[in-house]
Amino acid sequence: MTAPTIIKIVDVWKTYKMGDVEVHALRGMNFEVKDGEFVAIMGPSGSGKSTAVNMIGALDIPTKGKIYLDRKDISKLSESSLAQIRGRRIGFIFQQFNLIPTLTAKENIMLPMVFQGTPAKKRIARAEKLLKMVDLGDRMDHRPTEMSGGQQQRVAIARSLANDPEVVLADEPTGNLDSKTGNMVMDFLKKLHKEEGKTIIMVTHDANLSKQAQRIDYLRDGIIIKSKKQR
Amino acid sequence: MKDYIKFAFDNLRHRKIRSWLTMIGIFIGIASVVALIGLGEGLRETINSQFGFLGTDILSVTASGGFGPPGTGVVDPLSDKELDAIKKIAGVEGAAGRIMESGKLVFNRKVGFGFAISLPDGEDRKVMEHLMNMEAQKGRLLEDSDSGAVFLGASFYESDELFGKPILPGNKIELNDEELKVIGILEKKGNFQLDGTVFMNEDDLRNLVGRPDDEYDIIAVQVGKNADIAKIQASIEKKLRKIRDVDEGEEDFSVETPASVLESVNSVLLGIQIFVYIIAGISLLVGGIGIMNTMYTAVVERTKEVGIMKSIGAKNSTIFILFFIESGFLGTVGGMIGATLGYIIATGLAFVGKLVLGSDLISASISPTLIIGSLLFSFILGSFFGTLPAIRAAKLNPVDALRYSK
Repeated sequence: MTAPTIIKIVDVWKTYKMGDVEVHALRGMNFEVKDGEFVAIMGPSGSGKSTAVNMIGALDIPTKGKIYLDRKDISKLSESSLAQIRGRRIGFIFQQFNLIPTLTAKENIMLPMVFQGTPAKKRIARAEKLLKMVDLGDRMDHRPTEMSGGQQQRVAIARSLANDPEVVLADEPTGNLDSKTGNMVMDFLKKLHKEEGKTIIMVTHDANLSKQAQRIDYLRDGIIIKSKKQR
Repeated sequence: MKDYIKFAFDNLRHRKIRSWLTMIGIFIGIASVVALIGLGEGLRETINSQFGFLGTDILSVTASGGFGPPGTGVVDPLSDKELDAIKKIAGVEGAAGRIMESGKLVFNRKVGFGFAISLPDGEDRKVMEHLMNMEAQKGRLLEDSDSGAVFLGASFYESDELFGKPILPGNKIELNDEELKVIGILEKKGNFQLDGTVFMNEDDLRNLVGRPDDEYDIIAVQVGKNADIAKIQASIEKKLRKIRDVDEGEEDFSVETPASVLESVNSVLLGIQIFVYIIAGISLLVGGIGIMNTMYTAVVERTKEVGIMKSIGAKNSTIFILFFIESGFLGTVGGMIGATLGYIIATGLAFVGKLVLGSDLISASISPTLIIGSLLFSFILGSFFGTLPAIRAAKLNPVDALRYSK
C-alpha cells in the first residue's frame, strides 16, 4: 500500500513584478510528496528553490496554480489561515537558523507552542524533551549568541518539531555549517525521518547532501525537470 | 497573554537605553501634570479653607475694590457714614467696621511679623465674634474694658517656631514697640490668616498706629437668615454709590460675598490649570511621538524577527498584540515613574513652601483619581502612538520579512 500524498503542487506559477519587467520564479511547477517521504529538491541558484520553499511551506501563495495540503487547496487562503497551517503542520529549518536572539534555547522552542496556545507546563516539558533529543540538554538557558552554529541549528531542528508537525521543511540546513557539523545535522534529519516518521523536504544545491534523501527532484528555471528515486 | 507581556517586556529590557530615553518624554509630561495639578488643587483647597470661616450670610465691603493688602492704595477709606448707612438697609442684621494693620511683633527677644485686626466695642463686638465664631481655647475673649491687651490666634500658642516658645495668656508682647498683655488664645481655625492674627480692641489699635477714628478698612455685614443676599448686595452698592458720589461701573469700593470672592479666585486658578494642561499636553504629545518613533525603529530592526515568528505560526493579530503591548508598556512605565516623580516634586515644593512661608498656602493635594487617571492616560497614550507601528509590523509579508537583513 502506498502512503497518501501529503503535499501536492499543481502547475504553480509565481510571478514577481520588478518595475515593468515580469519575472517568473516558478513556471508551472509540479511536485508531490507522500506522507513519510524524505525528498530533496536540488537546483542551482536562480532555479526558483527559495520560491518553491515559500510555496511548499505556505509562506506565500502562488500567482497561478494549486497547492494541496492533505487534499485541501491552500493556494488562496488568507495570511492568518496560512499562519495556522505553518504553526501546526509544517516545521521550518532555515539556512540562517533564524532563532530569536533575545530568547533562550528553551524559549525559542516554546515560541511556536505559545502561538498555538499550548499550556505553559506542557510547553516547558516538550521543549526540554526536544532539547535533550538534539543533545542540548545542558544548553537550555543559553541564548543563540552563546551557542555555536551547529548548536543553533540543532535548536532550530528542535523548534521545528515543537508542535509535532507532519512535514519538516529544511532550506539549505547545512549551508552555514562546516562539513562535520553539517553531517551531524543531517544525521538528526535522517533520525527524524526514520524514527519519528516525519515527512522531510530538503532544499539544497549540494549534490552530496541530496544523496541522503529517498528521492531527488531537480529544479531548473522554475520547473522540476527530473525526479530520481534512490535506494 | 501572559507570555506576550513577558515577551514584550524582555524586548524592552534588551533595548534599555532607548526604552528609557523614550520614556523620559512621557514621564516629564506626566510628572508635570501630577505635580502642577496637585499643587493647584492644594492651593485651591487652602484658599477655599481660608474663606471657609465666613458663612454664606456675610458680605464684606472694602474700599480698595478687592482683597488688597489693608490700608494700601486706598484713596477714600470707608467711614462711619457708610457703616451707619449699611446698618439701616433692610435685611441687614448687623455690621461692624474693622481696621487692619501689620507691624513689628517682639516676644522672647525675637522679632517677628504681626498682623493686627481690630474688634469693635459693644453690640458690634458680639456681631464680629459671632461672624468669626470666636472662642478662647486659653484665657478669655477681649472685653470692652480691656486696654493694652491682645487676643492671639492659635499659631502663637501652638507653635514655638515663631518666637522660640509658645505665647501664653499673661505674657507680654511688643507690637510696634508698645507693650501689650496677652489675654487669651483663639481656638485653632485651620486658617493660616486667622491663626496668625493679633486681635486688639479698636481704640487700642487706632492709638497704636495713629489711624483716624472713623476710618475702616473693611466693613463686615451680617445678613438676616432668610434674606436675599444678592438683593442686599445690590442695595449696599446703590447706597454707597450715592454716599461716595460715584457712577455705576466706576465704584471705588466693592461689596463681595465670600462665594463671589471664591468664584473669582477659582476662575483664576482654573485659568492657570488650563494653561498647565496645555503645556503638559504638548509635552505628552511629544512623548507620544517619541514612542511612535521608537516603535517604528523597532519594527524595522525586528523585521526579520517578525518573519521568523510568522514562519513558525504567529498570526498577524499576534504580531500586532506583541508590538502594541510593548508601546503600551513604554507609556505605562513612563507614566508610573512620572506620577511618582510628580508626587515627590509636589510634596517637596509644599514642604519647602511651608519652611519658607511658615504657612500651608503651598500644599499638595494629589488624589488617587489623579494618579490612576494619569496612569490610564499614559497607557492609552503609549498604545495609541504604538498602533500604527504595530499595524505595520503585523502586515509585513513573511517572505520579505524573512529575507530582510540589517
